[in-house]
Amino acid sequence: MDSTLRSSEPAATGKSKRTRRAPWHAYLPMWMMSAPALLLFAVLVIVPLAMTLALTFYRFDPAMGPVAAFDLHNYAEVLGSSYFHTIFARTFGIAALVTLLCVVIGTPEAYILSRMGDPWRSIFLLVILAPLLVSVVVRAFGWSMLLNVNGLVNQLLGAFGFGPYKLLYTTFAIVIALVHVMLPFMVIPVWTALQRIDPQTENAALSLMASPAVTLWRIVLPQLVPGILSGSLMVFGLSASAFAIPGLLGGRRLKVAATTVYDQFLSSMNWPLGATIAMLLLVANLVVMLTYYRVLERRYTRSMG
Amino acid sequence: MRKNGPVALAFHTIVILFVLAPLVIVVLVAFTPEETLTLPTRGLSLRWFRAILDYPDFISAFFNSVKLAFASATLALVVALPAGLAIGRARFPGRGFLNALLLSPLVIPGLVLGIAMLRFFALIGVTGSFAWLILAHMVIITPFVMRLVLASVSGMDRSIEHAASSLGASAWTTFRRVTLPMILPGITGGWLLAFINSFDELTMSVFVTSPQTVTLPVRMYMYATESIDPMMASVSALVIFITAGAMLILDRVYGLNRILIGQH
Repeated sequence: MDSTLRSSEPAATGKSKRTRRAPWHAYLPMWMMSAPALLLFAVLVIVPLAMTLALTFYRFDPAMGPVAAFDLHNYAEVLGSSYFHTIFARTFGIAALVTLLCVVIGTPEAYILSRMGDPWRSIFLLVILAPLLVSVVVRAFGWSMLLNVNGLVNQLLGAFGFGPYKLLYTTFAIVIALVHVMLPFMVIPVWTALQRIDPQTENAALSLMASPAVTLWRIVLPQLVPGILSGSLMVFGLSASAFAIPGLLGGRRLKVAATTVYDQFLSSMNWPLGATIAMLLLVANLVVMLTYYRVLERRYTRSMG
Repeated sequence: MRKNGPVALAFHTIVILFVLAPLVIVVLVAFTPEETLTLPTRGLSLRWFRAILDYPDFISAFFNSVKLAFASATLALVVALPAGLAIGRARFPGRGFLNALLLSPLVIPGLVLGIAMLRFFALIGVTGSFAWLILAHMVIITPFVMRLVLASVSGMDRSIEHAASSLGASAWTTFRRVTLPMILPGITGGWLLAFINSFDELTMSVFVTSPQTVTLPVRMYMYATESIDPMMASVSALVIFITAGAMLILDRVYGLNRILIGQH
């Protein structure tokens, strides 16, 4: 049915402007095929998001729940209170640290994997990527057993005469578990970038007497920057909005933005305030990611040009 | 190709240990015969797996999750396959917007979608409805189905379809006998990936499940915030086994590296 459309396309894209657009009924099959998905997403994504945005302008009344107020006092409350400043600073601090650690661990690991022989390469790639599909609650629970006072890490430290340390319910626990969860999101794009590198560029540098270290730094690494960039954007965004890991490994005192939203919605029942924090998280996330992208992209294009 | 040096291999070993440690410890502890979570354990026992059977909360949550994952993955496929075919194979007004919209749950945090749906469900009075929970899950797993449908459609040789229609096959026959068999691995892979993602989903479900419709990850999260005993480990171990089984099937059907990395 759309084969007729395709066959008319080369002629249409090329010549006169008047014949470029097919009559509207030619698009009808495509619109009808997309209609169920569009309906689903209009009802369950666009409408609810608009309602949530509207909710941020509501006032919370303990007796009646959300009451329409149409002012910005929720934003004033979140942006003006040092309590929420601490939470947002902690959230983005953790996200930045996790991103840094994922770059430092994931990039060399992807490079090492790419230089392995074949049975091992696929096996270890699978070992690194497969945890992606295991529920995050399970992984958080695994870390809580490794890090608690009698856990394996403290036993290991004890064998060398250190500790025991309080590791669970600390920022350290949140960071290490988040790195574990996010590492595949860094390895995947770097691995993809590595696959696109022409191995002859490396060989050329080596044959021109560059040392392996210089080759790695000047030839391989610059070609990985796009991969590292998209990986770190993904890791940062996901870490900043992570819920299960901070909820289970941060305990009750160490709140991040996501767990604060959860508390506002399901304990304090102050939905307007919770929605405001979530929207600010979304916006802050977008701003940080766009800025990061702009800055790094500019630097990258300059160094290449 | 140059080989990895000893430093590189040591680094690699540490990374692999780091990746595997939390999963291995969960499986080990699940077989403990002791009353509490202690390591190292003496002997092996299945007592904590048997304990799950006496704890109906986990059993009902497990069946909720299976039903939910099955229904939402199947329905997401029904909705996303035609849209994916249209987006992947034709140019039409609104195509770019539709593509961005259907992939948007990958960028919007589950937390934001969760509270948005909680608010929406409360306003239209369907809080706690299983049918609306299925719709909510369809939204977050549609991108995974879409990506695999788009990938298999883009790698397809169109001339076979043209041959079929020039030999007099109707559009429907061409789709059923030619197109569908060619994209079947992508469809099956997309369904399985959607199933796993729905089965594992926590952040959005925390907000939109009710005590009757609570899913396994949500139940486990609640359980872990209140108490930690070896039953948590045995349930987690079961989840690991089920996921590993699904991954094995996924690997046979479509290739796990292909799905996770997106290479074709």
